[in-house]
Amino acid sequence: MNALIIGCGRVGSSIALQLQREGWDVTVVDENEDALARLGEHWPGAFLVGQGIDVDVLREAGIEDADAVVAATDGDNTNILIGQVAQKRFDIGCVVIRILDPARADFYSARGLRVVCPTKTAIDTLMEAVRSCAIPPARVTG
Amino acid sequence: MYAVVAGGGKVGANVARSLLRLGHEVTLIEQKRDRFERLEDEFEHQVQRGDATELHVLERAGIARPPDIVLALTGDDEDNLVIAQLAKEKYGVEQVIARVNDPRNQAHFDLLGISPTVCATSSIMALVEHEVPEHDLIHLLELRKENLEIVEVMIDGDSPSAGKRVESLELPDGARLISVMRSGRAEIAVGATQLEAGDQVLAILEPGKEDELRRVLLRR
Repeated sequence: MNALIIGCGRVGSSIALQLQREGWDVTVVDENEDALARLGEHWPGAFLVGQGIDVDVLREAGIEDADAVVAATDGDNTNILIGQVAQKRFDIGCVVIRILDPARADFYSARGLRVVCPTKTAIDTLMEAVRSCAIPPARVTG
Repeated sequence: MYAVVAGGGKVGANVARSLLRLGHEVTLIEQKRDRFERLEDEFEHQVQRGDATELHVLERAGIARPPDIVLALTGDDEDNLVIAQLAKEKYGVEQVIARVNDPRNQAHFDLLGISPTVCATSSIMALVEHEVPEHDLIHLLELRKENLEIVEVMIDGDSPSAGKRVESLELPDGARLISVMRSGRAEIAVGATQLEAGDQVLAILEPGKEDELRRVLLRR
């Protein structure tokens, strides 16, 4: 199976490495050449330098044969655009995008994109952690 | 009319200023602090600071009223796309105009149904093409909503269509001749109009039919 990962920061590179370990053929695109270092010294997949919103770059990265596309650049709106291009122009069934802003995440997940919002996840996890603290009862009623 | 203008650069600020001069109600949104502070001296409460792709910023600017028109004029095409989508699809704004900074992104706006758009580079290139015709078929106007375009074709002595009547031409489906300009005078092209070398012909056609039209008129 082919995966195309746009954005090779901490998130994108980790996903690329993990999918590759799980047996996927992975292509990674980042606008910065130095990002390749995040994939380690012996990255067996493909790596392209370019803008993820550039259709020529996406084609060269093999989007037409991709089974899954992950948009994980550091720009919410860039990911939103890449996700919609992958979904509507290239008909990719599995499009996953990262949106940090919870409000935009809600809007676009209602439009058929698989949206992951790390901010919301963090809020939920932190809330859960706070709630699960053992606080002496006297302090709670005060 | 109430207008929300996103992006307070040269384009956005001048558009906001012009709208205000015409007596319209305007809120201008600018993200960068230094630019915002300069704008605030002029626009006062009519400029707000924030990222116009954030819902709470748009809502503070009154997007939920909703405005009669939203102008997405930032220098960032991804931002303009998101602003336009949110305005239209989340808040039901009826009129949205988006700026395209990089003409290569035009296809994205078309794909997502954002129209009309304005792209300075494309407009300038169209003018250059018109003024300095290097091509035998010049794009004059794109009617995106209609999925049609208007082109100009110069007929010369070698053209197979020279000396023929319009009705005898085998024009491709989805293409029609509009007018013929000859020695400075334009006439509507009808079936009986005879083409001659030197004619400037306007045609309306579906995008992608250029080559077929070129073959019929120019055999190229």
